[in-house]
Amino acid sequence: MAKLKDHLGRPVVAVTGIGVVTSLGVGKADNWAALTAGKSGIHPITRFPIDQLNTRISGMVDFLPSSSKGASALTYELAETAAREAVTEAGIDLDDFGGPLFLASPPVELDWHDRLALYKGGDQPDASERILDVARGLNSSEMFDSAQFGTIADRLSDAFGTTGLPITLSTACASGATAIQLGVEAIRRGECERALSVGADGSATAEALIRFSLLSALSTSNDPPEKASKPFSKDRDGFVLAEGSAALVLESLESALARGATVLGILRGCGEKADDFHRTRSKPDGSPAIAAVKAALADAGLSEDEIDYINAHGTSTPENDKMEHLSLSTVFGERISQIPISSNKSMIGHTLSAAGAIEAAFSLMTMREGVIPPTINYDNPDPAIALDVVPNKKREAKVGTVLSNSFGFGGQNTCLVMAREPV
Amino acid sequence: MTSHDVVITGIGLVSSLGEGPDAHWQKLTATGTKPVLDAERFAPYTVHPLPEIDWNLQIAKRGDQRQMETWQRLGTYTAGLALDDAGIKTDEALCSTMDMVVAAGGGERDVAVDNTILAASESRPDFDVLLNEKLTTELRPTLFLAQLSNLLAGNISIVHKVTGSSRTFMGEEGAGVAAVETAAARVRSGQSTHMLVGGAFQTEHPDMLLGYELGAYLHRGAWKPVWQRAGSEGGGVVSGSGGAFLVLESREHAEKRNARVYAELGPVRSGRARRKRGELGSTIETLLKAANLPQSQVLALSGASGGHAATSAEKAAIDAHAGLTARGFGTLTGHMKEAQFPFAVALAALAVHNKAPYPVFDAASERNFDGIPEQVLATAVGYHQFEGLALVSAA
Repeated sequence: MAKLKDHLGRPVVAVTGIGVVTSLGVGKADNWAALTAGKSGIHPITRFPIDQLNTRISGMVDFLPSSSKGASALTYELAETAAREAVTEAGIDLDDFGGPLFLASPPVELDWHDRLALYKGGDQPDASERILDVARGLNSSEMFDSAQFGTIADRLSDAFGTTGLPITLSTACASGATAIQLGVEAIRRGECERALSVGADGSATAEALIRFSLLSALSTSNDPPEKASKPFSKDRDGFVLAEGSAALVLESLESALARGATVLGILRGCGEKADDFHRTRSKPDGSPAIAAVKAALADAGLSEDEIDYINAHGTSTPENDKMEHLSLSTVFGERISQIPISSNKSMIGHTLSAAGAIEAAFSLMTMREGVIPPTINYDNPDPAIALDVVPNKKREAKVGTVLSNSFGFGGQNTCLVMAREPV
Repeated sequence: MTSHDVVITGIGLVSSLGEGPDAHWQKLTATGTKPVLDAERFAPYTVHPLPEIDWNLQIAKRGDQRQMETWQRLGTYTAGLALDDAGIKTDEALCSTMDMVVAAGGGERDVAVDNTILAASESRPDFDVLLNEKLTTELRPTLFLAQLSNLLAGNISIVHKVTGSSRTFMGEEGAGVAAVETAAARVRSGQSTHMLVGGAFQTEHPDMLLGYELGAYLHRGAWKPVWQRAGSEGGGVVSGSGGAFLVLESREHAEKRNARVYAELGPVRSGRARRKRGELGSTIETLLKAANLPQSQVLALSGASGGHAATSAEKAAIDAHAGLTARGFGTLTGHMKEAQFPFAVALAALAVHNKAPYPVFDAASERNFDGIPEQVLATAVGYHQFEGLALVSAA
């Protein structure tokens, strides 16, 4: 009989449903097949013209009905699609979820084409005044909804019947992990029996791409696209902007067992630590990331020796991969070179607000399937980063525990520890 | 009374009325305080503008100030006021273990660049190519970070060294409600000993007005108190620039360090009425029931925005409770969106702490409150969606 309370006397949190969308496809089955085949979803940008752009590739999700309808519409569809898969798998009524919603999604902004349409709708000389004047005469709420930060969560709440005030959050590239953490904490505090945690990002607009380019964060290895994301390689030159989503149904183990649900994995621990060093760079000694990993292990009640696999943040930027290696080798010591660690981003790119959730979903599947997805494009190892990155080909392995890292701009560091089985 | 009760030990406030809890208490309890209004700059809209602020007082490094647009600067400044007020700003050990939840908007774009692009579009059929040309050459590289939602929290970490944990909630007034609710739940459950929670809103930017006006929510024409805008031109919301941050602690933690305690933060309740189905009134009623209101007379610091439907529903729900006496502080500060709920909680705590009520802010719509307010309600009913309230009590 599994223990229903963890080492700190809190309810054990199980995962009973998983949903995923990435540039590799819709749903767990397609994603897992592609991921374990070492297939890349990175492709040339076709959504907008690439004139003047140094980066002309991405991992955009171009195959959904909303893919051409702006960031807000696409982010909603990504979230809804992943949530539907997860809730269905959990065997819960699709329109009566009965627990709170935690949504990680990108900050919204009015789409440029909407701004242009407003501008063209009037003739005052001052553009700002004109736009405001045209805006208040709109006969549709579509633009308003797309520019409200709470809209996507509100619509998801309507669709799935989640309870209470939904929380929309942003911790930059750690957002997806934070959404899961908030769900875990709500269950542990006894506020609910189950929670729906979703990370979704469909915000790869031209301006988003240009903003990251101006910060020199993106890979410019445009040709061939599938080779651009090369975490832990010596010639890595930035991340690849991407879109996607994942949803987890989190549930107290007690509630999951009571209703006979299939337990897909256990969310053992969450840890975080903010960095006060710089807006985009981490503290040179790696102490905040180290503290986040240690906090997650402590929260999970596991020692460093008890982690079987690490799902890396592994963005493929020179800075991140170096820092991640420094932090992990500090925590795990000599053993770090023997722990398999791979980066899903080598195939799907960096899905920003969704990344932590997608990578948690893949971590859970890694344990269930007994297969570690590879780090592809590992042709030119960085000698300064001595890691077993599961290079280029998947590996069969018995994986009982995973550490998944998420680090983001603004000093955000969040780590999750997951386990295949309850204790 | 338990060791994990949530107490308020620090308050940081900025609005058109000034800065700091004392200045706000003085202004708001003086009779006949008039709102500070600017009806010219964004006509036909009136806003409550920021007061003069010496940013150096809370953000020592000019370099840090330059990395933020006004909204982030305002939030970072207000957070500093709260930390100072709680007596922990220079306590590295306390700041490095402090958890933080920020209610954020964002998107303070470069208006000049945007308007250059729009002007150039007049003579260009290929708008998307024009966008690439202009954005790659005209955008200031660091602007992205200076307007990014989670970078208010990021800057608070950098400037004030608050680094326990950092979470940013988004979603207008609901973000402020959820931030306070989550922070309180963390303290109550023993998960955090001390937390920084709050938000800021900088309305003096055309896009910040646009966010409301895409839904025709802004009041136009002559200014009126928050309860008196029904039937006026426009949607009823008059926005204001400002911020509110609170330091929340467990009673045990506060007592151990001999902190001054303003008040206890009691139940925080949140909701999501499906307003199109007419649920707002009943949802507010349900929240009021869940707040465990005492039998005695209760002062209610209402964050009402003036938005017609939401404000009239809130007014009706409050009026239906004979024991509730409302004060719509938006009359004097304007509506501060994400910061509105933390602001309401802060004003409630000040009344409890000072053992005195606020006089009426609008003599035509509000009635006198006699006696000492031992428990004060704080509300925020979103102009469009999401609602919440909290009961603040003598500690």
